[in-house]
Amino acid sequence: MAEAGAHSPLAQFKIEPIVPLHIGHTDVSFTNSSAVMVIAVLAASSLLIVGMRQKALVPGRLQSVAEMFYEFIANLLSDTVGHEGKKYFPIVFSIFIFVLLGNLIGMVPYSFTFTSHIIVTFALALAIFTGVTVLAIFKHGIHFATFFVPPGVPIFLWPLLIPIEIISYLSRPISLAVRLFANMLAGHTLLQVFAGFVGLLGVAGFLPLAFVIALSGLEFLIAFLQAYVFAILTCLYINDALHLH
Amino acid sequence: MELAAAKVIGAGLAVIGVIGAGVGIGSIFSSFIQAVGRNPAARGDVFTMTMLGFALVEAIALYALVIALVILFG
Repeated sequence: MAEAGAHSPLAQFKIEPIVPLHIGHTDVSFTNSSAVMVIAVLAASSLLIVGMRQKALVPGRLQSVAEMFYEFIANLLSDTVGHEGKKYFPIVFSIFIFVLLGNLIGMVPYSFTFTSHIIVTFALALAIFTGVTVLAIFKHGIHFATFFVPPGVPIFLWPLLIPIEIISYLSRPISLAVRLFANMLAGHTLLQVFAGFVGLLGVAGFLPLAFVIALSGLEFLIAFLQAYVFAILTCLYINDALHLH
Repeated sequence: MELAAAKVIGAGLAVIGVIGAGVGIGSIFSSFIQAVGRNPAARGDVFTMTMLGFALVEAIALYALVIALVILFG
């Protein structure tokens, strides 16, 4: 990759404080990442609040969009979790909209993708994982341990399979976080690297330009897809917690 | 061998792992095409699971990429 010089393709992910704040020795500045998160939350809230203001039985355009999002996640929950999934709708919907808007706002040129930072995605994934595990333990108590024993397995295989099951369960937040983070990081870095080639090649610069255009289209698709995968995996983990196996 | 050279070689070796993702994505979409070929009406439901499978397989390729980046820049 373009290296150690002024224009590394990784420079776009740098966090810049906008309003420097310090509590003791801790840096709690309001950064460009925080600003984009605030924009994402305001956009989502205004879409839903303003969209549903009319409460018309035959929805207008904005209300249709808001209802589309609602229905999408409601169907996702009822398909994966079933009837008891209804009460987890707010968390799944919030996660989905937050990740989706985070990815999409990052596609705006010169903007910032807050989901391209591992700490952000890991915080979301860890919160989901902790919530799901606590839910499972509260619902099933000690019986939760049977989750790590695959059904229909003879006892002499248990010492081998149970550690494997536990490790794969503990790797869930990591995989959830790294999947989203790596997709966003790789996409934006690739875009910047090829965009750099456009200027360098002069007349033949239309080739990397065509590739950048195609890649941007792919990146939009990936933005939706990664948000969808994050949401559906959350639903599947909730389902695992509620109905062991 | 100096550290910088070893890092670059390590990163190159780490990226070989994306072969698995290439095979996996091809396999997923081959199943999708076959399923739709046999039963065109199932296209909508199967497509949703195909997209989920694609994202999960692509994640593996990205894990390899992340390790390569950590080796190269970490």
